[in-house]
Amino acid sequence: MNSASDPATWVAQHGDALFRYALMKMRDEAQAEDMVQETFLAALKARERFSGQSSEKTWLIGILKHKIIDHFRKHKREQSSDDIESLTEQLDQQFDHTGHWSIPMRTWQAPEQAHENREFWKVFAACIAYLPDHLADLFILREIKGLSSEEICKLLEISTTNNMWVMLSRARMRLRGCLDARWFNL
Amino acid sequence: MLSCKETGELLSQEMDRKLSFSERLGLRFHLFICKTCSCYDKQLQFVARSARRLMRPDKENQGIPPLSNEAGSRISSAIKQQLDKEKK
Repeated sequence: MNSASDPATWVAQHGDALFRYALMKMRDEAQAEDMVQETFLAALKARERFSGQSSEKTWLIGILKHKIIDHFRKHKREQSSDDIESLTEQLDQQFDHTGHWSIPMRTWQAPEQAHENREFWKVFAACIAYLPDHLADLFILREIKGLSSEEICKLLEISTTNNMWVMLSRARMRLRGCLDARWFNL
Repeated sequence: MLSCKETGELLSQEMDRKLSFSERLGLRFHLFICKTCSCYDKQLQFVARSARRLMRPDKENQGIPPLSNEAGSRISSAIKQQLDKEKK
């Protein structure tokens, strides 16, 4: 085929594949759906240029990949004030001048039981959503989607793995704190 | 001797990279003597386990779901709208 197929059939032909790909990287189904829609609309505009060099699906996935990168780039721009220096500073605030914890660390009673409680998962999801966008993106890609450090640094345009580690540490620390305050020690 | 701050950092990094022998030694020693960090360690592990479980398909959700019918219709309409605009 040397040209794109009828766009009216795209959702039926490619919707699932694009959605599943997007869901691997996006925070939730709503975001993944947005990415799929943006991809199809961009492909619509560009369909004259589709020469059939690759399969139509490959072409669409390529557009989707760019949309995803743009999405993360936008989050990064919005968070320009939350750079590595300020993250390191925030980390520092959890400790006193001798390097000891300056916040209370309360034990959690039978934490595994929380997993059986539907309310817990709502609180956990809310804690993730409460993170600044770029930290949430990072945490989700690393812990939930299981991407490697290299893939993540590339996708989120994080310049060094060291920066990524500082960000992840901050994200994990905040999530722990959030669960502590909103579930285990209400 | 590692500080609690350094320990907290290493505990997080341990989840993403292999620690050196001396880092691991320092870490284990600090955790042995510091109840606060030991507590933090357990809680970080719990957060990580919880995140992994989010990935686990439950009974209603066998694996990664396909595009929902509602979303599919919505997106098809958006495509049709754009196509109709072009015809004008």
